Amino acid sequence: MSEAPRTRAGQLPTRAEQAEGWRAPGQDAGWLNPVTERFLLRLLVRKELRVRYRGSALGMLWSYVKPAVQFITFYIALGVFLQLQRDTPAYAVYLFSGIVVVNLFGEVFGNATRSITGNQALVSKIYLPSQLFPWSSMIVALVHFLPQLLVLIVGALLFGWLPSPTAALAFVLGMAILLIFTMGLGMITAALNAAFRDVENFVDLIVMVATWLSPVLYRVSMVEESIGGTFWFWLYQLNPLTIVVELFHVAFWRYSPEVVERVAVDPSLLSPHEPLGLWWAGLLIAVVTFVIGTVVFERSKRRFAQEL
Amino acid sequence: MSPNIDAVPESAARPTDREMVRIEHVTKQFSLRHDHSLKELVFSALQRKKLADTFLALDDVDLTVHAGETVGLIGFNGSGKSTLLKTISGVLFPDQGRVLLRGRVAGLIEVGAGFHPDLSGRENVYLNGAILGMTREQIDARFDEIVAFSEIEEFIDTDVKYYSSGMFLRLAFSVAVHTEPDIFLVDEILSVGDEPFQRKCLERIRELQKAGRTMVVVSHELEMLEKLCTRIVVLRKGRTVFDGDPTEAIATLRAS
Repeated sequence: MSEAPRTRAGQLPTRAEQAEGWRAPGQDAGWLNPVTERFLLRLLVRKELRVRYRGSALGMLWSYVKPAVQFITFYIALGVFLQLQRDTPAYAVYLFSGIVVVNLFGEVFGNATRSITGNQALVSKIYLPSQLFPWSSMIVALVHFLPQLLVLIVGALLFGWLPSPTAALAFVLGMAILLIFTMGLGMITAALNAAFRDVENFVDLIVMVATWLSPVLYRVSMVEESIGGTFWFWLYQLNPLTIVVELFHVAFWRYSPEVVERVAVDPSLLSPHEPLGLWWAGLLIAVVTFVIGTVVFERSKRRFAQEL
Repeated sequence: MSPNIDAVPESAARPTDREMVRIEHVTKQFSLRHDHSLKELVFSALQRKKLADTFLALDDVDLTVHAGETVGLIGFNGSGKSTLLKTISGVLFPDQGRVLLRGRVAGLIEVGAGFHPDLSGRENVYLNGAILGMTREQIDARFDEIVAFSEIEEFIDTDVKYYSSGMFLRLAFSVAVHTEPDIFLVDEILSVGDEPFQRKCLERIRELQKAGRTMVVVSHELEMLEKLCTRIVVLRKGRTVFDGDPTEAIATLRAS
């Protein structure tokens, strides 16, 4: 690392100088850059989408194939062999709505982490607001998420689910918490990854574990049975991913007729805080993470060019 | 390939009194880290070994550039020319001191740095134009001119990876000189392409000078700089050792 940090304020033009039109190089809108530089952001997104599938025959179809294989594997292993589908009505929908969340988390987190190191040629040669890199990788992840969401909706409809205001609210809240939270994490790891490449491996590890540490494959009531009442259960419940996955269950699974019918006989199907769960805790954690992420990123972005 | 010296036009720059770039006591230190791993970090922390050697790239540099000037930066390798240019463009930040600018800056630290081989020429023009600070309308308006200047009309929709290196550099340079910045930072790019194209580039530089643009140029082509610049700064080991008349500046560098 370089010498003791110097104050940024001393390097910015004074107010009088600003009035004369002076500014410092690299002085930009900070976390608002993605909004002020929409045109450039869009071009970067298009570039990434294009580059991702260069020379691949299936192209965008891969974003269907991967979750499909994942879904089938889990469904057979856990639903059929471990017989989770016996006690969970519409287990296919339950499973897929969780998989979709964890996939989006993994993709945003992973892409954002690699966004600075992956754009080395740009970062170290030309000035452009570096905030655009994690943001464009998030938008790319969203583009891949859309087809999965479509499949999920079709699947839920097949199980007799119908859209409702509660479902819409749960979905919007879930998306907001997930994206704000993951972008916060992603900006922290992107900044750290510029200095230490170990970070991206660590992130892969977290993404791998995430599927199992949130109620994607099993139900929260099962966790409660084994560790209910302990500190660990609280921690489990406060995991923003748990909160988001539960919100997605409410959005796509909870109000399909099969489930509603079974809830009457088996109240363990209900999640602890029906219907929106700990959404406020999730949103709070997400916003705090985002603020920390932005601050960390803003502070370290001045060193990106020399660290790569 | 170095440009034919007879082809270099006389400078058309007309310096004014309006300051455009102010560099005040800028110091930049690099730490030469050998490895980017946590293991390295932990071990050196345990052994209390110094993790990095430091290297002073810029040492208390002061420089003011006025509107309409074309300032050359010369010096031997490692004298801090490119670092200074990167500090002005906002890629690197000074450790001490500060840099102030007025107006829009386009930094050409390396020709084609923002180009992506998997995009077509057209897409690259838009991407690079946007990176250099143009709006969509500006690029739309100048697109034909950019392509015409680069002389690769038939290949504009081909992926850049199929371009010859000459075509690639011509297109990249063409985008850069059409971005119309107030301050234009150029690092060793005037040795692009064949002789006719070089002549065209120099002609374009002259037009920009006539239009009153401010330029900071780094190059090893001393004769060319002598003709193009209104002022030359000599850097040695991160310090300015001379700032003034181009002919004297080159004599200073050669004497050292």
